[in-house]
Formats: sequence, structure tokens, C-alpha cells
Amino acid sequence: MTGLFVLAIYVGIFVASFFIITKVVNRAVSRDYTSLKTVTFGDESAVRPNRWAGIISILTLFLIWGMFTGSNLLPKFLHAPGAFVGDVEFTYTAEAEDGSRDDATVTVVVHPREETVDAPEVDPGDGFAKNDSAKIAQWRTGLIRVDSNDDIKKSDGAKVVAINGTPISPGVTVEVENGAVTLSDKGTPNFAPERGWQMEPLYLPPPEDVASRTVKVLSEGFRGFTLIEHLGYSLFRVVAGFIVGALVGIPLGYAMGLSNWFRGWFDPIVEFMRPVPPLALIPLIIIWFGIGESGKIILLFLAALWIMAIAARSGVSGVNISKVHAAYSLGASKWQIMRYVIVPNSLPEIFTGARVAMGVCWGTVVAAELVAAEQGAGMMIMVASRFQNTDIVILGIILIGVIGFGIDMLMRWAERLLVPWKGKS
Amino acid sequence: MSGLSIQNLSMRFELPNGGAVQALEDVSLDLKQGELMSVLGPSGCGKTTLLNIAAGFLAPTSGQLTMNGHVITGPDAERGMVFQKGALFEWMSVRENVGFGPSMKGTPAAEKRETVDHLLNVVGLQDFKEKAVYELSGGMQQRVALARCLANDPDVILMDEPLGALDALTREKMQSLVLKLWKETGKTIILITHSVEEALLLGERLIVMAPRPGRIHTEYNLPFAELGVGADLREVKKHPDFGPKRDEILSMIWDMEEEIMGRTEEQS
Ligand SMILES: Nc1ncnc2c1ncn2[C@@H]1O[C@H](COP(=O)(O)OP(=O)(O)OP(=O)(O)O)[C@@H](O)[C@H]1O
Ligand SMILES: [Mg+2]
Repeated sequence: MTGLFVLAIYVGIFVASFFIITKVVNRAVSRDYTSLKTVTFGDESAVRPNRWAGIISILTLFLIWGMFTGSNLLPKFLHAPGAFVGDVEFTYTAEAEDGSRDDATVTVVVHPREETVDAPEVDPGDGFAKNDSAKIAQWRTGLIRVDSNDDIKKSDGAKVVAINGTPISPGVTVEVENGAVTLSDKGTPNFAPERGWQMEPLYLPPPEDVASRTVKVLSEGFRGFTLIEHLGYSLFRVVAGFIVGALVGIPLGYAMGLSNWFRGWFDPIVEFMRPVPPLALIPLIIIWFGIGESGKIILLFLAALWIMAIAARSGVSGVNISKVHAAYSLGASKWQIMRYVIVPNSLPEIFTGARVAMGVCWGTVVAAELVAAEQGAGMMIMVASRFQNTDIVILGIILIGVIGFGIDMLMRWAERLLVPWKGKS
Repeated sequence: MSGLSIQNLSMRFELPNGGAVQALEDVSLDLKQGELMSVLGPSGCGKTTLLNIAAGFLAPTSGQLTMNGHVITGPDAERGMVFQKGALFEWMSVRENVGFGPSMKGTPAAEKRETVDHLLNVVGLQDFKEKAVYELSGGMQQRVALARCLANDPDVILMDEPLGALDALTREKMQSLVLKLWKETGKTIILITHSVEEALLLGERLIVMAPRPGRIHTEYNLPFAELGVGADLREVKKHPDFGPKRDEILSMIWDMEEEIMGRTEEQS
């Protein structure tokens, strides 16, 4: 239900900002070459990301996050209705075995989770049913043993038959002000205060909590390691595994692209290992190498190895045979063909492979750390989730995303620098 | 003897489905040092196969090729090749491409530099030395390919439709360039083309091949290449013999094409 509401807000902002930005703000567009194209629908090269859309998209995510977590960064009126806090009253009607009835009032204090309060003192009132009081934390529900102070208790045959005058029986729910009362199977009223539309901080803390937790983790560290160390360990494993994988995989791929024997020998292995997700190897790696550093690096080595071997192999087979022929006719030896034709010609493929491999390695290291590790980004979020530190979990996920993105940008930058001829033949 | 000699060459491609293609049958040719020969023929008559065998990329099923007296067994710097396109090295600058052959031989840098500069002047690319090859137009790229081949100073230059991908105007300029280089360097050149006019202009000798099996159909000795050196090729085309020769060869190739079509129609 809340989900649908969030979706509606999201779609609403999408549509509204589209019309406002494209029809009102962006009337005066710059007249560059692409903007002069009249056929843009279907011409992919004419589709460029709208800068405004990008900014609004990210702001919208934070806005919705803030709205549904009651963030202090937003003015109050933007907040989704929160879970009820405060005092609430309802009456119950008890019926004794002889059929006589009596009403009593229950006062419930609904308090924020982190505060401790005492149930208020209430005047017991008259009749055989006495007034009660109870305390319930926000977002929680509570059984209220209303008969415990009554003159005729449940054990004496008394039953709760109505709430606020509405008849009730076990399993039935009666709406009351700021909540609902359900009679349990044993006949005890269970009060559920209004939950509102906001997420409980336990499940999704507001953005400012994540930010302040970031500052705290940055200065204090987490589980004996600083944040930088956690991320550094993950990065180190990825880089080490990737480098070893590339150092073995690329020559292997070249050999497979250049020799019948190597191709025949390694094809079955590579083709078999390629579809095995590295994550499926984690249990075996733990059995063989334990959960230490070497096991992780071997896992990442295996993750990168096949990708790099296949990239190098297709880099070799992708060489235009005319280039090889031309080089031979120009007097090149086999070694020179390798050095001056095959290697440079395969570099674009190898870079593409390296980008994929780095992405896979980054995902694999996080997963491996989730399973078992003393430090690392994955371990951080796993341990935090066990202690219900959702803010650290979210912080970790954001950092993992940012680093993964950073790695890819770095690889693309290196690619532009080192293989400017990519896609130009 | 010097020059390229092809004796009783046959090439048969065994197909994986059990069939076979007789791409060449009993082709014999003798090329003297400094001869310019053009090769014409309908598509699929084995021109590229012939050139690949001459370059040493393919071994013939039977027959023998000799070059300056020794048997050809593989590619060698004495036989240069100019491809239709895509054979330049994108990862090298124009200068490095042209200097590739000398580099492989380990020619001293100064000498290599001189050769490259000279050849780039000859082909008119002196201002593009440091450019990447993908920054050049198609015609410029073919000039780089020519210069690269010449920098290696081969005895024979084999060209497989070197001008096929160029527009008409660029093509005409390149034809003059080929003639000029031929005369200046005295290289033996075999040039495959689909254009009858080009074959007439760029062939002291012109060979028309026939398909299935690929063989030499007719051979001509022509004066136009000599006339065209340093001259306006459009003038050469006005030569009284040029038109009739062109029509004769065109109708010959037309007949062959028609025969192929007819045969495939009968088969299906
Ligand atoms: N590797 C190969 N395997 C099988 N058949 C081949 C192979 N190479 C060429 N052929 C066949 O040999 C014949 C001659 O081919 P080739 O490429 O030499 O023709 P071509 O005269 O160069 O044609 P085009 O003018 O179209 O370039 C064709 O029938 C072709 O199908
Ligand atoms: Mg061909």
C-alpha cells in the first residue's frame, strides 16, 4: 500500500518535472549540431541524457527517502504521516459468567522506541472491571491484560465482549482512535497503534542518520578497522585477484588464439568454467583455502581468469587477416607479428574484458566478504545487519556502488588513453 | 631467371560439406622484372586466390611458383601486398605504418626516417605524418598502404582491388600515382581490378580470367600504361584503340557472367 503511494509520488514527480523542464524552462535550447537533427526518435546518437532529469532524479530519490523516514532535512509538511506517538484511550466491556457487564477504560502511552516511560497511574474506577493502563513502543503492538486488575478475571469466566461499544470476539479487529484492537485467540485485547506511512528507522534510517553514522564510522572505525581499511581490504583483494587473473588469463587466451594444441586443451576447461558463477565457488574455496586472504584472492583470480582468457582469445581471433598478411609480406617474423600486430589489435577487446572482470570481481569480493571475513566492505554490511545497524548497511551499499562506479570510470579513462583506436577500424 | 614465374598452378578448395571448388586450373604465367600486369575477371573466378598464392599465403594444390629462381613457400618481404582496405595498423601513426617494413628489418633510424619522408612526399602525405591512420580519408589510407609497401622495397607488388573502395575522382588520381610509381621504381606489379577501364590503363599486360574452373581466358598487350605515365588519363581514354578494347573485354566478361547465371539457373 505504502509502496503504491511511493510509486505514485515518484511517477508524479517524473511527469511533472518532465513537463516543467521541457516545456517551460528549456524553451531556449542551444543550437548545436545534435539539436539541429529533426529525426531524433530512433536516432540513438541524438539521445543525450538530460542534465536536469539527472539532477531531479537523484533529488527525488532523496526526497522520497526523507519523506518516508521523517527526515529533519525536510520541512515537516512534506513528511508522510508518521507512526502515532502519544496517549490513547479506549473502553472495553467485560461480561461475567452470570451475564452481567461492566465497562472500563484503557489508557495506552505510545512512546518512541528509544525512550523509556512508565505506564501512567489511573483511577481504577468502579464496577467489577477496573481501568487499566499500558505502554507500547512506536511501531509495536502489545497485548493488554485488562482482566488482571478486575474483580472477575478471565480465570473466573469473564470475557471481553466489546471495544468502545462495538462487539468483538477472538480474531476480530475493532478500529479505535489512533490504532486498532484485535482480540487474541485467548480473549486478550491486542492494541496496535497507528503505524503511519513512514518507515521505521530500524528498517530505513533517515538520510541524516546515515550521514552522521558515516562521520562516526570514519572517525571511530568499525569492528577494529577504519572505514578506509575496510574498503582498502576489499579493493586490495580485487586488484590482487584481477592482476593475477590477467597475468595468467591473457597469455592463456593468446595461446588459445594462436595454437591448435592450446585451443584444444583449454577450450573444454574455459567453456566449462565460463558459465560457473564465481559465487558458486565460494564454498569450495572456503573448504580448500579457509576464509583467509589467500582464499579470497584465489576466488577473485578465478573470477577474472576466464573472462580475461576469453577476451584475449577473441582479441586474437578478431584480428583482420589482411593485417597479419600485410605484416608477413612486410617481412615481420612471428614474434614481431605478435608484438606489433596481434597484441595491439587485441588491446581493445582486452580492455573490454578487463572492465567486465573488474565489475565481476568487485561483486564477488563483496559476496565473499558477506560469507566470511574479518574486514572488508561486505563484512561491514553483513555484521551491521546482524546488529540491525541499518544505517551502516546503507552506508556500505552506497560506498560499494560508488567504488564500483569509480573503478569502471577509471578503466574507461585508461581505455581512452591507451587504446584510442578502439572501434576505429 | 628473374621475375615471377607461375607454372601449371591449380587450386582446389575442399569444402567441409564434401564438395570441392576448383578455384584455379592449370594457370601459367611469366612476369618479367618491371612488368605491369592487370587481372580482370568475373566475381569468383579465382583472382584473389591467385594473388594469395603468389604472395605465399596459400600453398597451391599443384603447380609451382618461383621468384628470381627460388620456389615460393611462404610470404616474404620480396613480395609486397596492397589490400583493398583494412590492412593498415590503426595503433600506429602514418609514419610508423610506412616505416613498418624497415623497422622489422632493423634499418637504422636515420635511414628509415629518410625513406619514410621521401615516400610520404611521393604520395603527397607529407603533412599527415604524425596523424593516426583512422583520421585519414579512404584515398589517403590507400596512399599510406602504397607507401608502406614501397618502403620495404619489394621486387613484386601484388594489389587486390587496391582502388576498389574509392570514389571515381580519387580513383583516377590514384591510378596516375600507381603509374608514376611503377615507372619511377621499376617494380613488377600485379593489379587485380573489377574496372575494365582501370585494367586497360594500368596494364602493359592484361589478363582476363574465366570462372569454373578459374583459368586464363585471354591475354592482351596494351600501350595505354606507357602512354598514361605522366599524362592525363582522360586523354589516354580518348585513344582510338581504347574504346573498342573496352567494349570487347566488357562483352567478353558479360558473356561469362551470363553463362554463370544461366548455369546456376539450370541447377536450381
Ligand atoms: N577459403 C576458401 N574455401 C573455399 N572456397 C574458397 C575459399 N576461397 C575462395 N574460394 C572459392 O574459390 C573461388 C575463387 O575465389 P576468389 O576469392 O579467388 O575469387 P575472386 O576472383 O577474387 O572474386 P572477387 O572478384 O569477387 O573478389 C570462389 O568460387 C570461392 O568461392
Ligand atoms: Mg577477390
